[in-house]
Amino acid sequence: MTSVLRQLFSILIFPGFLFLVVTGLGAEFIDRKLYARLQNRVGPPWFQPLADLIKLLGKEDLIPCEANPRMFGIAPIMALSAAVTSFFYIPLWGNSALYSFNGDILVVLYLLTLPTLAFFIGGWYSTSLYARIGSVRSVTQLFAYEVPLFMGILSSALLADTWSLAKMAVFYTEHPWFWVFNLAGFGVSIIALLGKLEKAPFDIPEAETEVVAGGFTEYSGRLFAILRLTIDIEMIVGASLLAAVFLPFGLGLDPVAGFGLYSLKVLSIVCLLALLRTILARMRIDQMISFCWRYLVPIALMQLLANLIIKGLLMR
Amino acid sequence: MHDPKNKFRIPMGPQHPALKEPEGFSVALKGEKILGVEIRLGYNHRGIEKACEQRSYVQDVYLIERICGICSHTHSTCFVQAVEEIAGLIVPERAQYIRTIIGELERIHSHLLWLGVAGHEIGFDTLLMYSWRDREIVMDILAQVTGNRVNYGMNTIGGVRRDISKDQAADVLKAMDLLEERTKYYIEIATQETTIIKRLKGVGVLSHEDALRLDAVGPTGRASGVRRDVRADDPYAAYGKLNFDVITSNHNDVYGRTLVRVKELMESYKMIRQALKDIPDGPITVKAPRNIPAGEALSRYEAPRGEDVHYVLANGTDKPERVKVRAPTLANVQAVKHMLRDRFLADMPIVIAAIDPCFSCTDRMVSLNEEDHSHLLRWDELRAYSIKWHRDNMSIDFSGLNKKLMDRIK
Repeated sequence: MTSVLRQLFSILIFPGFLFLVVTGLGAEFIDRKLYARLQNRVGPPWFQPLADLIKLLGKEDLIPCEANPRMFGIAPIMALSAAVTSFFYIPLWGNSALYSFNGDILVVLYLLTLPTLAFFIGGWYSTSLYARIGSVRSVTQLFAYEVPLFMGILSSALLADTWSLAKMAVFYTEHPWFWVFNLAGFGVSIIALLGKLEKAPFDIPEAETEVVAGGFTEYSGRLFAILRLTIDIEMIVGASLLAAVFLPFGLGLDPVAGFGLYSLKVLSIVCLLALLRTILARMRIDQMISFCWRYLVPIALMQLLANLIIKGLLMR
Repeated sequence: MHDPKNKFRIPMGPQHPALKEPEGFSVALKGEKILGVEIRLGYNHRGIEKACEQRSYVQDVYLIERICGICSHTHSTCFVQAVEEIAGLIVPERAQYIRTIIGELERIHSHLLWLGVAGHEIGFDTLLMYSWRDREIVMDILAQVTGNRVNYGMNTIGGVRRDISKDQAADVLKAMDLLEERTKYYIEIATQETTIIKRLKGVGVLSHEDALRLDAVGPTGRASGVRRDVRADDPYAAYGKLNFDVITSNHNDVYGRTLVRVKELMESYKMIRQALKDIPDGPITVKAPRNIPAGEALSRYEAPRGEDVHYVLANGTDKPERVKVRAPTLANVQAVKHMLRDRFLADMPIVIAAIDPCFSCTDRMVSLNEEDHSHLLRWDELRAYSIKWHRDNMSIDFSGLNKKLMDRIK
């Protein structure tokens, strides 16, 4: 009985859903505040993301009469649950995750793809023209950034010779400086993560001046609140995944120091994302795809090749 | 919504985040490619030309100033120039210089505003925030010199209403130094930042021949190598006495238009410095007659967006017989359709923004096609139609009320 309660506690409260909501809103605040300060603006107060969420949750849901109400309603919940579920398999500040099995790295990657697909479904079934163009764009973009992201993350797993994130953490604790070999993959994955989170310069699916809000155009009220929360949580999950895969140092510390180090890693990734979106203009979808395939994929391939060679030389 | 052959037709406007004013663009799309664009004017028609005929010349100066929120000095100067020509007034030289200085300050604020909007349209909000912050410097100067940030109320028939004092001139010069430094930074950004260049180069191409054929004016034309600038070709106010270059570019695209505008900013700083140095002492206005003698005049003015033309027909009374305004956007909006051919949807906002459109200045009454079963109604016909509609559909009879109202008017 207590084990069930403990499991429920860890899924719903810490380090599960509630923790994700709090850190997600915190990350949104840091992102917005930093973006504003870099642009010479004042920026929002710390509670602004929470206030936005509460306000949206209190509003009426409007579903366009042309839209398919079931799909329109399911898509945000599907996106949120996928983003939250993927978090349970990522080791945060220790060598172990909440749940772990061999092959969980693939599960996490696929679960992180689901929100994008859910955005597509929601946008497509809302039948608004802007939403349709936006949702088609987000799927087009998916094919461009997903390949380098997978290759970047899997090259790190290749070096550790395991398909489990927790075992990877163990490996990198045993071989402390091996994460340095994956820095190119880290760079590729950070850029690909910008595409996944649909942030500038890859905010093409929701380019305000072209397609209004893209796939989210018709969403309002609670459903829109869930979508916004999903993106915040995705940011935390993505940053945690990158931190676990590419910055696996200091994992053997005691819980408090480990938690501090983990927060620092995630914070620096969130700040890096905010910085990138401050200094870059939005790309066009064709430019984005050619950029991903022409530059990111070759770099990720080189990383894979380099890791194969390193493994052959050092791990005999 | 769905045409055969995967054709999509999406409305950009009259309400759309890319547009700052209501204007209809109906875009036919295939995937992300634009097949064709239909432009519809007329969402913001205010009937200013007609209203001018019912007001005196002095009142018209203020009404005309409100045609545009950005180039307000442009329109009022253009109008008073025409009236002064009909009345045969010789405007004092100091007033000419003051008009020039305000005109150039206005150009600076308009171009900085445009730079920010262009940044926003390509998703580069940092540029928007920076350039609008710096625009506040020139807005403060305008408020200090004229008393207002936007509608300056400087012009009157026969001169200007306010003088520029020594202290104010010193403040203007100080602001020019600050702005020049900032503009150098923007030129650096525009010519070196990769993502900006990628989004601007080769987008919205308007060849030299097309620019001439479609009558592009202002920075839009000058970026296609059309060396036309009213300030140099047909000098008005004090421009004949100032040294400046007409900035042109041979890029023919949005990138060229950006370069022309940021470099024109540098020319404006130069002109303002020279004008403040050379400004002669003397009166700032001459007395204008209340009734303007019969006659007509056409006045040209180089607005920040291109050539602005006003035509005034006077009939000897204190009210004009006819006022005609052609704002620069009307000359340029034809070119937009041409520039968008075979481009991507993502280029549409920046291509539209690159002509620096001002739709409310451009809007005019368009009589629609007979094919649409539409027809023109006179005011009394519209009233009669409205009364009939309410009686038939809503069971409300307004005819008694209408009769009472009509009696009172009589």
